[in-house]
Amino acid sequence: MSLIDVRDLTCRYGSRTILQDVSFSVTAGEVLAILGGSGCGKSTLLKHLIGLYPPASGSICIGGDEFVGAQSTTRQRILRRIGVMYQSGALFGSMSVLDNVRLPLETFTRLDARAIETLARLKLRQVGLEDFAELFPAELSGGMQKRAAIARAMVLDPQILFLDEPSAGLDPLTSAGLDKLIRELAASQGMTFVVVTHELASINAIADRAIMLDRSVQGIIATGSPAELATHPDPLVSGFFRREAPARAQ
Amino acid sequence: MRHGRTAPQWHLQEGPGIWRLGGALRLQDLEELWPQLRRQLKAGDALSLHDLRECDGAGAAMLFELQQGGIRFTDLPDELARKLSQLQPQRPLPEARSTPAGNAISRLGRRVAQLIELWQTQVAFVGALLLALRNVAPQARTLRLREVWRLCNDAGTNALPIVSLIALLLGVILAFQSALPMRQFGAEVFVANLLGLSLVRELSPLMMAILLSGRTGAAYAAELGTMKVNEEINALITFGIDPLRFLVLPRLIACTLMAPVLTVFAELIGLFGGALVMKGFGIPFSTFMNQVASAVDVSDFVSGIAKSAIYGLEIAGIGCLFGLSAGNGASAVGQATTRAVVYMLVTLVVTDGLFAVVYYLMGW
Repeated sequence: MSLIDVRDLTCRYGSRTILQDVSFSVTAGEVLAILGGSGCGKSTLLKHLIGLYPPASGSICIGGDEFVGAQSTTRQRILRRIGVMYQSGALFGSMSVLDNVRLPLETFTRLDARAIETLARLKLRQVGLEDFAELFPAELSGGMQKRAAIARAMVLDPQILFLDEPSAGLDPLTSAGLDKLIRELAASQGMTFVVVTHELASINAIADRAIMLDRSVQGIIATGSPAELATHPDPLVSGFFRREAPARAQ
Repeated sequence: MRHGRTAPQWHLQEGPGIWRLGGALRLQDLEELWPQLRRQLKAGDALSLHDLRECDGAGAAMLFELQQGGIRFTDLPDELARKLSQLQPQRPLPEARSTPAGNAISRLGRRVAQLIELWQTQVAFVGALLLALRNVAPQARTLRLREVWRLCNDAGTNALPIVSLIALLLGVILAFQSALPMRQFGAEVFVANLLGLSLVRELSPLMMAILLSGRTGAAYAAELGTMKVNEEINALITFGIDPLRFLVLPRLIACTLMAPVLTVFAELIGLFGGALVMKGFGIPFSTFMNQVASAVDVSDFVSGIAKSAIYGLEIAGIGCLFGLSAGNGASAVGQATTRAVVYMLVTLVVTDGLFAVVYYLMGW
């Protein structure tokens, strides 16, 4: 059953069309990677999926609710189903890591302070930051900030986690650790992940399925498992996995 | 018992020697259940989870806490057992760490140490600035004159509208408030003397300095703080460019030059505002200006200008110092800016007091 259903989505910035008539779906428990070269519209697609920008046309259904043009109540219901980790982590710099994770619980639940504390600390334990709870984001490394951002994104137990370039700017070891964490969370929590990335190692490590976007067609050029895409007949797709520059760009 | 705000999601039953928890444990349903379980279950009690069909992360966290409290689980579904084992129930959660506030003496000591550190930083900053000045003096072309010009424009020309408004209102209010009581003695004409002296010697330099602190000094602190956070300062250093020479000196020069210019402008506008009010009291412009000229001499004018130049130097220096000392993150920039403005205002008042003493000793 589809948890996310995107139909004929067109995204524009002003008069500039970034994506045209994009359609795909994500099933519950799946880890879907959105790939493509720089400027192909990966982050744009993500920002539309999480409701930051309204699409020019098309439909985005999340958990059976239409997101595009949704009224306040429906929108809030959908937003409670999703968690987002931004590329920079987007942790609040004036709050400790623990307070960052506690904030959504304090805002959206009526749990008592002790329960909130336990929950927040356990989320930090799950991402390996238990001992850094009292530190401020500026005192953490890039990888730790991303882990903390994941803990914050999943603290309300969303059905879907959207991750924007989780490996960007991280060393291979930290990046591999983050990939492992995503796989573990997908397996143990049954969460659905939509991950925007262009890191080949990450795609191979985490994705059940991937869709590849391309700027020239302003949409999806291939869909399949990472193994299928690596042997795709379109040289643009298979070349991406072999790290070969496309002929027309050479 | 059955609970749940929207629909019953969980059920808790007390049986002989064992409690039974079933249904679904989800974040939105735990507000009542969690404290209730804490109250009702005691260490050593057994809780059967046989009928539990769903449990999210929050539910697992609640079970973790119960397990930590000595509650034994029976009939744990495999999936839930996996979830719980991922939370490592054998390890207790760390206690919240609070920074020890200490007693009054230790707090005072910490504050004094911070002040000493701040003074040390200031002395080092002034020393480094003098060094940068000495280095730039023999090769003035290395000073970015175009940048100085841009900063002068920003601190001076762009501030003219707000300076005009404040100075005009200052002159109008001061004249009006003084004229009313002085009229009782038929001494309205001396309002011009009062206005001239107070605006030229004291009010214009101080008001312009306060305005410059809020407008330009705060901007310097925020701009340099953001550059520090974005590692632009590090980039300058690794290029071998001295940030003091590149960023601070142009700002110091611009602010020191513009503060007296703005002050003179504010004096003129303030006097014009006063003259307008006095016109309403039957004092012609020419009489007003003659009175001002008789009351204000060159030493008054020079003392005001000298003061404002020093204020400008202080404002730019403090803004840049706090900007360069900012920590990491957006909040650090905000803190640096706030601290800079407070420090500027305190410094301005203290400097004004010092000037008053010095001018008195000099007979000005």
